[in-house]
Amino acid sequence: MVSAVFHSPMDASLPGPRAGEGRGEGVPRAEAAPHPTPLPRVEREKKQRSPIDLRAFWMRVLPPLAGFGLLVLIWELIAMKSTTGFPSPLVTWQQALTVFSDPFYSKGPNDQGVGWNVLSSLQRVAMGFGLAAAVGIPAGFAIGRFEFLARMFNPLIGLLRPVSPLAWLPIGLLVFKGANPAAIWTIFICSIWPMVINTAVGVQRVPSDYMNVAKVLNLSEWKIFTKILFPAVLPYMLTGVRLAVGTAWLVIVAAEMLTGGVGIGFWVWDEWNNLNVANIIIAIFVIGIVGLVLEFALIKLATAFTFEEVKS
Amino acid sequence: MNDDSKYIEIHGVEQRFKTTKGSFLALQGVNLNVAKGEFVTLIGHSGCGKSTLLNLIAGLTTPTEGVLLCANREIKGPGPERAVVFQNHSLLPWLTCFENVYLAVERVFAATENKTQLRARTDAALALVGLTPAAQKRPGEISGGMKQRVGIARALSMEPKVLLMDEPFGALDALTRAKLQDELLAIVQKTQSTVVMVTHDVDEAVLLSDRIVMLTNGPAATIGEVLKVDIARPRNRVELAEDPVYVHARKAVIDFLYTRQAHVEKVAA
Repeated sequence: MVSAVFHSPMDASLPGPRAGEGRGEGVPRAEAAPHPTPLPRVEREKKQRSPIDLRAFWMRVLPPLAGFGLLVLIWELIAMKSTTGFPSPLVTWQQALTVFSDPFYSKGPNDQGVGWNVLSSLQRVAMGFGLAAAVGIPAGFAIGRFEFLARMFNPLIGLLRPVSPLAWLPIGLLVFKGANPAAIWTIFICSIWPMVINTAVGVQRVPSDYMNVAKVLNLSEWKIFTKILFPAVLPYMLTGVRLAVGTAWLVIVAAEMLTGGVGIGFWVWDEWNNLNVANIIIAIFVIGIVGLVLEFALIKLATAFTFEEVKS
Repeated sequence: MNDDSKYIEIHGVEQRFKTTKGSFLALQGVNLNVAKGEFVTLIGHSGCGKSTLLNLIAGLTTPTEGVLLCANREIKGPGPERAVVFQNHSLLPWLTCFENVYLAVERVFAATENKTQLRARTDAALALVGLTPAAQKRPGEISGGMKQRVGIARALSMEPKVLLMDEPFGALDALTRAKLQDELLAIVQKTQSTVVMVTHDVDEAVLLSDRIVMLTNGPAATIGEVLKVDIARPRNRVELAEDPVYVHARKAVIDFLYTRQAHVEKVAA
């Protein structure tokens, strides 16, 4: 059967129908037939395969290109109709080239290159997020492991989690008496919840089989944590981390708009004050690309640490 | 008191579980002694409390009534001297086979031996089940039968006083199961372990056991009958098929399970 299917293009080119032939006869014939002309068959297969590959290639490349094309088209239309000096894609591109030709210049605190702005934002995110991870992940483990703590903290988390991050900014300004710590505080408070919740859920979902192994072996708490709890929770934890970084990157822009200083959010606000709309659009792309890179890196990290679940 | 004939003692054990509908009586009035070096299987229909009884011996649960002793000491909790082979092997997927076994070896022998000896023990345990080539593989990369063998190696590596097995071959196909049963026979022959094994496979029970403990249907299950299997070891699966003692024992168990303890659904309803 396999050979019959395999040789079907060849068979079709042979004169006369083969359907009437017995199966016992057909198979050796089909195998014998290609020998005199092996080359054309290989070539034909190549020809057949390459357009399919090409189609798959276009299927991967064409739709995203079309998407970006649509974006640029709408943008161009808006720029053409605009009377308020909305920059066209071409103008923005040229502006981007000048902005990125010298990303690390520094002319005083209010005029620095885009590179510095992005780096300062990333630094704040790293600080706030790092603190949140340092507090949130152990807290998540504790809440997941001990039901008392879970019942104690769940209402608090439920109450505080939906609060908009920017509502925390005044508290930060009041307590820390500075724009920078207040921004970091805002990042901290909004990125801690996904890590607490996901870690806690992960701990609660550690398969009871693994905990039975720990019980039978009578493992120490430290061994239970390093050999069973931590690896089992890691995928959940990394999901929490990924959500937290995403939130942090969303929040930093808004927080910096309010606090000022150096940072991509402040840069957006500054360029708005300068009425330099092209730079605002560039900033939007930069924010998007940095967020994309962060997300991608963390997804890669998460897949590297996810183990196959026990099936049977 | 003769220690060896009463290595594990189960006295008047009753087990109730709290459910949403109230308390459920799983086991009642269970009395059993297991001698040192004896191979005992617990057999019965699903839900009759075989695994519950095994968990009680393992110390994973405590009985609501009665007492369990192992080597004249009350079983208060789980411990490495009563190793368990779980039905679903319960290997840690992020550790290699070697590391899975090493975790157990380390727990039991780290106080008295150095790392080289611990590694040698681990290697020996894996060699015993014929898995030396797969030592550095993770459980996700090996077959179900191999995983179960690692589980057995992990349990044996601790040199437990008692080996407890909860339907260890239940999830395997018939051929793999037969192969592992033969291996287990050989290993137990070598190590002279005391084994309590839960099964629902009549042939497995007769082939492996010195005694077969048959449980009545739950709720409130108890020991219905104990059958001594008087077949010399080493046993050979092929020769046994026509052995009159084997055939008789098999018939007795089947008779108990399907004639006297049949109609599980009716009883449950």
